[in-house]
Amino acid sequence: MAHDAHESHTGLIWKVFGLLSVITIIEVIFGIIKPDSLHLTQFLGTSLLNWLFLILTLVKAYYIAWYFMHLKHEKTSLRRAIVWTCVFLICYLTTLMLIEGGYIQDTLAPYISWTYNK
Amino acid sequence: MESTVATENSNQEVWSGGGKKPFAASYGKMMMWFFIMSDALTFSGFLVAYGLMRFKFLESWPIADEVFTHVPFIHGHFPMYYVAFMTFILIFSSVTMVLAVDAGHQMKKAKVTIYMLLTIVGGLIFLGSQAWEWKNFINGTYGAVVLQDGKIAQFVDNEGHQIALSDFVSKANSERVQHTRSNGLWYVQDAGELPPYTLSEVVTSFNANPDVHLRTEKIDFEVKQKTVLSKSEASTYLSKATDVVMGANLRVNEYGKTLFADFFFFITGFHGFHVFSGILINVIIFFNVILGTYEKRGSYEMVEKVGLYWHFVDLVWVFVFTFFYLV
Repeated sequence: MAHDAHESHTGLIWKVFGLLSVITIIEVIFGIIKPDSLHLTQFLGTSLLNWLFLILTLVKAYYIAWYFMHLKHEKTSLRRAIVWTCVFLICYLTTLMLIEGGYIQDTLAPYISWTYNK
Repeated sequence: MESTVATENSNQEVWSGGGKKPFAASYGKMMMWFFIMSDALTFSGFLVAYGLMRFKFLESWPIADEVFTHVPFIHGHFPMYYVAFMTFILIFSSVTMVLAVDAGHQMKKAKVTIYMLLTIVGGLIFLGSQAWEWKNFINGTYGAVVLQDGKIAQFVDNEGHQIALSDFVSKANSERVQHTRSNGLWYVQDAGELPPYTLSEVVTSFNANPDVHLRTEKIDFEVKQKTVLSKSEASTYLSKATDVVMGANLRVNEYGKTLFADFFFFITGFHGFHVFSGILINVIIFFNVILGTYEKRGSYEMVEKVGLYWHFVDLVWVFVFTFFYLV
């Protein structure tokens, strides 16, 4: 990107670092406390706490990819070729596999014995 | 005919792909993105496999908070702190990397050198931390017993906190011999080091101590904690116990499901290998910067390309962190 080759983005880089740090600290605090009001809930297959972790992770991934890996400054077509492909394939695989895993659990669990005779 | 013959100005013999730049990205950068995408899909394959197995054994999967609880120089139960530190180290080394790229754009050789060096140091600290994490995981924390069907049973106190075997087991005065293949026992598999206590010592001490309880792998979904058994139920479990387990390896794991250890070793190991190769590449680039290779070339794009790889390693860690330690 010849036109912005000589600009310095140092300020922006430190801002992104601050943001990533804050998100990590929030994640760690919630991970240690695990408040019952979030942890013991069930929403779309998992707890609200887990949804919070997932969303914060995706926010972190966005900032790393966009600002550290410079995707923001690449051509839109290149960015989409990379991001959309990965997001689609990963979502597809994850959905199928987790449904499958849940099914196996439902089928298998009744056959696992948790009591023993002496 | 014409379509198969290279024309004079096609530049196809040029290693960098000639002057054509699809998506306005250079050849090297484009290839790095190809690699990163395939690697991203590889890692997601691993993590999805982990997810599949976790959903499959949802009611008995280990709880990460109870597995990774060590902090250097301090004794006690500190979940998350150490891995949070590791995450910071990796994010920070990503920042110094992106600062190196930024300085490269402005052709500031001295700054690029310093930032590359800091990135390498950050990577080394992370690798060392991971080795320490592995050491703790392999050596184990509490110890447990394994039942004949492969289930793990752990010991807890009256409050439900896990306690180590050494906290309640008293040694009997018996001679123990390590069976090995080299002793002529060709039919046994070498089991590695003997666990610190024998099964009968553990069972005897357990029965003698009313404050020690047995905990199964089964998760009580009401409270999302492992189920603690009554003393009488515990004795039926212990009657089926076959071995004392200390630590984790690919065959047995004191923290619960062996699969958990398998995935932990494989995924963090594969990521650690990426960090390791990233450090090697960074070192090469670092020396090239010092030698002035990119100064002569008139462009620090090479720093940008290895930067992409380094950030990708950081990106993967963000997901490993979430799926192994948080969720």
